[in-house]
Amino acid sequence: MTSTAAPAQVPRRRSLFGTASLHGGWRSAFWFLLPALVGFVAFYLYPALRGLYISFTDWNLIANQGSWVGTDNYERLFDDRQVWESLKITFKYTVINIASQTILAVIIAVLMDRLTKSVTIRGILLLPWLIPNVIVALLWVWMLDGNLGIVNDFLGLFGMDPVRFFTDTGKVIPSLAGINTWRHMGYTALLIFAGLQTIPRSLYEAAAVDGASERQMFRDITIPLLRPILALVLVITIVGSLQVFDTVFVATGGFGGQPGGPANASRVIYLYIYQNAFDFNQLGYAATISVLLVAILLTVTYLQLKLLRAGESDLA
Amino acid sequence: MTASAPGPAEVNAARASDEIADHAPSAARPQPSARLRKPRLGRAAAWTFMAAILVISVFPFWWALRTGLSTNGDLFAGEQSLLPVGYTDNNFERVLGTASEAEILESLGRENTGSFDFLQSLQVSVIVSTAVTIGQVAFSAMAAYAFARMRFRGRDKLFFLFLSGLMIPPIFTLIPNLILVKNLGWLNSYLGIIAPFFLMTPFAVFFLRQFFLGISREVEEAALLDGAGHFRTFFGIIVPMSAAPLATLSILTYITAWNEFLWPLVVARDPARQPLTVALGQFTAQQPGTSPDWSGLMAGTLLAALPIIVIFLAFGRKVVDSIGFSGIK
Repeated sequence: MTSTAAPAQVPRRRSLFGTASLHGGWRSAFWFLLPALVGFVAFYLYPALRGLYISFTDWNLIANQGSWVGTDNYERLFDDRQVWESLKITFKYTVINIASQTILAVIIAVLMDRLTKSVTIRGILLLPWLIPNVIVALLWVWMLDGNLGIVNDFLGLFGMDPVRFFTDTGKVIPSLAGINTWRHMGYTALLIFAGLQTIPRSLYEAAAVDGASERQMFRDITIPLLRPILALVLVITIVGSLQVFDTVFVATGGFGGQPGGPANASRVIYLYIYQNAFDFNQLGYAATISVLLVAILLTVTYLQLKLLRAGESDLA
Repeated sequence: MTASAPGPAEVNAARASDEIADHAPSAARPQPSARLRKPRLGRAAAWTFMAAILVISVFPFWWALRTGLSTNGDLFAGEQSLLPVGYTDNNFERVLGTASEAEILESLGRENTGSFDFLQSLQVSVIVSTAVTIGQVAFSAMAAYAFARMRFRGRDKLFFLFLSGLMIPPIFTLIPNLILVKNLGWLNSYLGIIAPFFLMTPFAVFFLRQFFLGISREVEEAALLDGAGHFRTFFGIIVPMSAAPLATLSILTYITAWNEFLWPLVVARDPARQPLTVALGQFTAQQPGTSPDWSGLMAGTLLAALPIIVIFLAFGRKVVDSIGFSGIK
């Protein structure tokens, strides 16, 4: 190809770009788009449609085929108490994780904004987020170990009894949420920090001249103006949190344990889908649960983006 | 940079990442603003909190190193010193497969059960991450250029369709993709692990399109008028001008590929094709619950994180600066 589209001889044509010379039509664009288009169709579009189809079948990975079963899987979904239990666990995890991580991130971001713009400090804060989930999980499995973990020794300094972080059904979800708070708080703080830079300094200067305290400025300037960015950050982090998998799989699956333990107390929805697909060999049903998860994620995103739009006027 | 106040020169700091500088131009104005002369006590408390957060962020890495340099026997004795107990570097040798029988016994304290071939998995991780990065960045850049600069029927609709790919959670395409890869006969192969990430991701296309849209059109127009085709314009002008965002995207893509767990877990059941994340993730499951090989595990964990840490030390600033809203809005 490479034949250039007609140069500036057709200035009358309505153009998005103002000049006709940048037009190429599909003939030029085709080769630029081809690889990405193949990738998109093969690994996004086609599987998404096929996933929908599979959710109506009894697909079996060993035979690698399935037959149409109509809405059987969907009916089963509503009767399957384990799905709703998994969702409950996932929501519990998300609430704990997002609450702790967002609060810490806002504090870190505001302090950084006031104290320092050091790239080194921001780099250190970002480090946990760059490390693979698997490695993060392993580091904390060791530190939180019930017998030899350093954290229990630390708590012992304050006279606390050893905590069974991963083997107590009531503790395992908060433990996992804590691990991912550690991993994500710096990243989230940097996102919020970037948002803080969009707030005009003059507002703080003016408020300070008027004798406002730090707390008042935080409440009356920072929070309202940060709201749209906070909403965006929450969309990203909540959608991510609802899809937690790696950490749960590694942290609860070690040492002969069954991932999702103890007693399925940490079986989040992603893990339940995984188990259905690969442990129970019910890919059709696993796909059905995925459809439910997609619906939940889209709803959450939609609601939050509405919230975001509601907040936009504040920045005007 | 210390506690020195950022100067009022930054009052108009409208855009985030561009304004962030190591040294705030505080000398620009003689008088610090009133807000910045706040109580020393509050400032000290704030720094203390920040210091605590920083310590918490790095402590687990130190603890892993300290554990990796200890012998299992001494670990199980329960001593919690900040320094290694019963110092040894055998664990790292064990992970790398260069330890002798005697050294294994010394640092592990028992026969070696359940190990994995670290170097083999390292090789898989390097090959997969490198291939994914090169393919994904190159092909996404080409598509991003078409979306940013070319005009063709249905362009915006197609771009919107690409973007909607961002909304599809990976688990939804995992099962159909696995079936596809299985039908292609790519299970337990590099092709199978790499394929879904090789040609594009919606994020990469979106990220680069945003940048290309911001490049001044004049240079390209001149080239196009001179008779250069789109290919020459793209590779000769756009790519060199976009070195910085391309580098940033490459780093992020490499790290993401390195960290990938679920896809290789289901595609590569063969240990010879398992990247480090999968091999390490299953390592604990092979350990006896009564005396897991903590020191070996921590040595392996650190070694597996090392490439990421090295990349970060080398390109940290690019990564840090890329965290913002330019890629999202």
